[in-house]
Amino acid sequence: MGLTSRPDQTASREPRVVETTGDEPWITTRLDAFVNWGRKNSLWPMPFGTACCAIEFMATAASKYDLARFGMERQAFSPRQADLLICAGRVPFKLAPVLRRIWQQMPQPKWCISMGACASSGNGIFDNYAVVQGIDNIIPVDVYVPGCPPRPEGLLYGIMMLQKKVANERAADPSLRNEMEPDPTSQLYLPPSVIDEISEPFGNSVQQTRSGL
Amino acid sequence: MSSGFTPVVSGSALDASAPAPASPKNVPQRGGAANPSAEALRQRFGAAIKAVDVVWGETTVVVDRTAAHDIIKWLHDDPSQRYDYLSDVTAVEFRDFEQPLEVVWHLRSLPYRRFLRLKVRIERGSVLDVPSVWDIYKGADWLERECFDMFGITFAGHPDLRRILMWEQYREGYPLRKDFPLRGRFSRSEQLRQALAANPEARYSKEELSIADAFDDLPKDMQRRLSTGERTGE
Repeated sequence: MGLTSRPDQTASREPRVVETTGDEPWITTRLDAFVNWGRKNSLWPMPFGTACCAIEFMATAASKYDLARFGMERQAFSPRQADLLICAGRVPFKLAPVLRRIWQQMPQPKWCISMGACASSGNGIFDNYAVVQGIDNIIPVDVYVPGCPPRPEGLLYGIMMLQKKVANERAADPSLRNEMEPDPTSQLYLPPSVIDEISEPFGNSVQQTRSGL
Repeated sequence: MSSGFTPVVSGSALDASAPAPASPKNVPQRGGAANPSAEALRQRFGAAIKAVDVVWGETTVVVDRTAAHDIIKWLHDDPSQRYDYLSDVTAVEFRDFEQPLEVVWHLRSLPYRRFLRLKVRIERGSVLDVPSVWDIYKGADWLERECFDMFGITFAGHPDLRRILMWEQYREGYPLRKDFPLRGRFSRSEQLRQALAANPEARYSKEELSIADAFDDLPKDMQRRLSTGERTGE
């Protein structure tokens, strides 16, 4: 019998010209819609879990709720390979420079979900000397997920909200993708008066659109 | 490298006739049998023992500040005591400003199955300074640093007394003191500015992770990486 060579090895190396018949399916679309479709269905999340919200995040990523359905099959545990920072849990002041650096290490395009009441606002009960009153004092946040901690359904809802947000970005307006540079002297994104105001008790409730979107 | 490890068996110093350990029942809030170490301390140190109190079956001994180190050393070394485990070092400040501050050591003797709480009272207005027990219990290192961080109590003789929970440049004071406001002394923006100015990598070093002791036992490539200043654990 013996081995027979594969047909493509016997064929000539000439580039093959495919005759189109005109019956192939084709679509037209906007380029940014196409790019956003790809981006929103392949977000790589980086979990930044510091507290009990991280437990709910693990449940979300596990088989029952299955985060992989939304294109998040691969969790990125390096910020340099991540698209989406999910901050799950309270952030003390000592961790603030760490979270800031992780955010700055992530390449554009990147998004951030603040999961739970502690990350979103300091949660009231942690209105003390040690805890940052909302991570949007440190980094820009796209979606806030309420709850203490949020159920996996809540996080999935927040992720789907973020996917809608990703799908609606326009290539003609790249301002969202410009890297925000903090003030060089104070290293703050927001003016100090704004930080003081939104760090007050209930400051987050009256400033629901803190990230300016 | 460390010398041979001798396991400590709980109750090994007790007689065979000693009762088996059991959960105490019907313990009075005050009074009851004191830890026999308290009487031994009275006999040996006399006037340095200020008070002995039994609360919920646990014995508290209030001792003199200057004698505290000698007392703990004796409790650790004496074969009739063998307090070989320091489980906590902390402090108490009362809301009543007439009351002195208290520094508390929780000592446990595994061979005798004993628990003893030692207290030193520091009067208001005096320097918050107590002797360190780091030379007796190496585990006191971080406990005393935490007590210094939260209460501002200095432990004389501690080799490396600096903040452990708050970052080292923290300038607002000592958070567990009663005169410390819950949200800190500075505004939120100032707190955030100072926190972001801290270098998060400056706190972990070869020395702090105690790799230095085990350095000779590490694999060759790890030794080479550490000697060039590379940081691990990130």
